[in-house]
Amino acid sequence: MPQDVSQPFTSSIDGSPAGGLARSASGGADDEMISGIRSVLAECGGLAVDAGTLAVDDDLYAAGLTSHGCVGLMLGLEEQFDVEFPEKLLNRRTFESIAAIRNAVCGLLDGGEA
Amino acid sequence: MSAAPAGLAARARAVGAEIAARHADDVDRNSRFPEEAFAALREQGLLGVMVPADLGGAGASLFEVAAACHALARGCSATGMIYAMHQIQVACLVNHGKAGWQRDLMSRIAAEQLLLGSATTEAETGGDIRNSVCAVRAEGDRFTLAKNASVISYGDQSDVILVTARRNPDAPSSDQVLVVVTRDDYRLEKTTRWDALGMRGTCSDGYRLEAAGVAGQILPLPYADLSAQTMLPVTHILWSSTWLGIAADAVSRARAFVRAEAKRKPGTTPSSALRLAEATAKLQQMKATILTAIRQYELACGSPELLTGLSFATAMGTLKVTSSELAREIVEAAMRTTGLAGYRNDTPYSMGRHLRDAHSAALMIGNDRIMSHTATQLLVQRDGSGPFE
Repeated sequence: MPQDVSQPFTSSIDGSPAGGLARSASGGADDEMISGIRSVLAECGGLAVDAGTLAVDDDLYAAGLTSHGCVGLMLGLEEQFDVEFPEKLLNRRTFESIAAIRNAVCGLLDGGEA
Repeated sequence: MSAAPAGLAARARAVGAEIAARHADDVDRNSRFPEEAFAALREQGLLGVMVPADLGGAGASLFEVAAACHALARGCSATGMIYAMHQIQVACLVNHGKAGWQRDLMSRIAAEQLLLGSATTEAETGGDIRNSVCAVRAEGDRFTLAKNASVISYGDQSDVILVTARRNPDAPSSDQVLVVVTRDDYRLEKTTRWDALGMRGTCSDGYRLEAAGVAGQILPLPYADLSAQTMLPVTHILWSSTWLGIAADAVSRARAFVRAEAKRKPGTTPSSALRLAEATAKLQQMKATILTAIRQYELACGSPELLTGLSFATAMGTLKVTSSELAREIVEAAMRTTGLAGYRNDTPYSMGRHLRDAHSAALMIGNDRIMSHTATQLLVQRDGSGPFE
């Protein structure tokens, strides 16, 4: 488990495959966000697998995400992206995959409502 | 008892008052299954009422089933609780069993009045039902499953058991599915016997379960979703309704006691009446808590987003904690009303059984576990937006 929260984009150096880095290396705000989500997942999600090995559409619940883990994940995402999840997004679907999280965060960054 | 078709509530009241109540002390004393009450429930077709009408059932609502649990528990807590546990499993099938195998089973539940049980706890994980050690092992389109189930209530009498397990041998412990197995599919070997302070008639023995079946017996929705959308809310609502029945019967005995006192000294209100008023106020509070939760469930029904939302989970978790604590407080207040007449085991006002049964409420899915889970969820909870939020 990476310990250094202040360096989220380098969290995959802790012995994990460089999936996060490789993807973000292609550039673009989207890749950067996905990489950020991966690092929060690794830090706060309590997953059974390495977050760096997950594809964006992989089912996070099948990877060991629990409702308890969702709470930590959400707090981590709010901190990382400086957003606040409204009541209507506090359900399982919002956190079911990296892509779903990206859509929710993008919606919040774009105008508050996802 | 009249065999004429009548409302579900009326039939449940009749079974509760005329049959379950008559055998309740014996069921409790001998820690045995309430077979007379279940024979009557079968005869009245009450095991299949939640099955949709097109599959031969009555399509009963959760409110109607909650009222039936309450009516049965007034006569015998174990009967009410077993009926509640059975209907919780039926609700899972009704809401999530859309495939042919599940629909055929629902028809059988209505036609043959099958009794459904569940194997959600496991020796290795204790009371943590949201994690499993055992796993479904697929072989072609068949599967096998072995579980060291620390509790299968009324396992000996069940015709069908719903079992939680990991989706496959590689899945993490939280990635669970719900598997439906019938008596023909499984073998049970008893490992522990249920000898408890209360709820003795639920026969919550432990078993080793070995099952095999076809892939269609595994409900497709992940158990975490199924639990949030159906099993968790229906469990807390039907359990609470059962506890309400226990509390209501204790208050009813206390009321009879106070009335007998009043008749001895006409014109004066006995001092015990004040305690009765206290117990009645709490009973009303408990009733309101349950009716509110049923309304919340009805409003969220059909919306997976609302049902899996944090505020709904918090509402259902706190329902369980609140009503389980109230049930015990109400029975205690009722016993204070009657004094030693209620404490003794040989009077019409005896409520030792009620008190022992009510004590199980805070322990079935421990309140401390629910409150600590709720406390975690509150870290991210927001204000709602609807009426009463």
